[in-house]
Amino acid sequence: MATRALGIVALVAVGGATAFALAGVPADLNQGEAQRIMYIHVASAWLAYLSFGVTAAASVWWLVRRDPRADAVALAGAEVGVLFTAATIWAGMMWGRPVWGTYWQWEDPRLTTTALLLALYVGYLLIRRLTDEPARRATRAAVVGIVAAIDIPIVHFSVVWWRGLHQGPTFMSPDTILNPPAPGQFVAALLLMLGAFSLAWLWLMVNRYRLARLDWEAEESARRGRLPGLAAAVPAPRP
Amino acid sequence: MTTIARHLAVARAIAAKDLRAELRGRQAVTSTLFLAALTLLIFGFALGPDRASLAAAGPGLLWLAVILSGVLAVGRLHQLEMEDGAFELLALYPVPRAAIYLGKALGGLAAMVALGALVLPLTVILYAIDVASALPGLVLVIGLGALGFAAIGTLYAGLTVRLRAREVLLPLLLLPVVAPLLLAAVSATASLLAGDPLGELGAWLQLLVGYDLAMLLAGGLTYGLALEE
Repeated sequence: MATRALGIVALVAVGGATAFALAGVPADLNQGEAQRIMYIHVASAWLAYLSFGVTAAASVWWLVRRDPRADAVALAGAEVGVLFTAATIWAGMMWGRPVWGTYWQWEDPRLTTTALLLALYVGYLLIRRLTDEPARRATRAAVVGIVAAIDIPIVHFSVVWWRGLHQGPTFMSPDTILNPPAPGQFVAALLLMLGAFSLAWLWLMVNRYRLARLDWEAEESARRGRLPGLAAAVPAPRP
Repeated sequence: MTTIARHLAVARAIAAKDLRAELRGRQAVTSTLFLAALTLLIFGFALGPDRASLAAAGPGLLWLAVILSGVLAVGRLHQLEMEDGAFELLALYPVPRAAIYLGKALGGLAAMVALGALVLPLTVILYAIDVASALPGLVLVIGLGALGFAAIGTLYAGLTVRLRAREVLLPLLLLPVVAPLLLAAVSATASLLAGDPLGELGAWLQLLVGYDLAMLLAGGLTYGLALEE
């Protein structure tokens, strides 16, 4: 019941923040209407990184305690994170085409890092899908989740240097747009969107976590033979 | 014999076993050497006969050939272990998991160094790159790149070796993780060949060393989890 209320609040908040970002603030002088995409883009990016942080922490938690709840949290983080990462890249490309004149900007370290981030966690979801037995799946996935978390800062450093060592001028990036004296309205619209997206993120995380817990219990029950109907659907563990 | 020396002896014995099996014709790595050579040839066809553009693409193609065949090499080193149930026996040895990991990673390193030793002269021949002046540096870069790849490749090969879809899953997991290694190794190679005009070589070497250490640590801590299943 509380989750449903959260869902309704999140829906209203996202609707309100979108309306404000579209009609409540003026268009940017330089970038025009395209700048409004940035509200969604930045909010998605923040939640993508938060999700993968949650997955990394939950992966360590699983390996230390072997707590099935940790595995459910890790799965929820990875799946919701992939969703928001894809949204980040999509929104970034829609913004990049009119503003940069190109969908893909190889010199932008954030873009290249985020693309690799998506690949890393799609791999995480794949290895989960290909392992049948719940505890093995959780362990394999946890190793991949931890390696990915170690890799992300190295990826970021490498692409920043790659750009920095070869390329003189910096292109416009989200920071340079928001940090220099941005009018208060723009900041308000961004914060509103951040809050609304965070509520939606929380709602998705709670629901995905619950579904993962139910999945785990169904698999365990089927393996113990308590649900004969499910036993046929869930493959037996290999010896 | 101190504890560390004993663990190193275990690692050396496992690596020597892999090497001996390879020399006696198990062909985990031999076929991937041929694949690396073929890759370089095919890149030449894809890019066309222009010598200048081939030479410019040389460092990138060298490392792509090493990494693409390397994925197969580290995967094969584990698959052969599975065929005879040897992987289970390996897990039963009363030695630390980190020592077993180190042994398998050393075997992987030998395979990667062999790949590099083949690919470097082939790049010189096919793409007309002059490496004479930069040779010591190139050997160092190839060694560091091979070590980092073997470190993470061995961990992921052990993690996926029991999966039915391992042939496709291993590259999907490995390629995004080795992206910074590829970037650093290609940049270091290109900068060495150009005489390091921007003074950036040191930074890339540091990145390679940091990557190697991070992945060796991750492998040493978690490889045992793949064995214990």
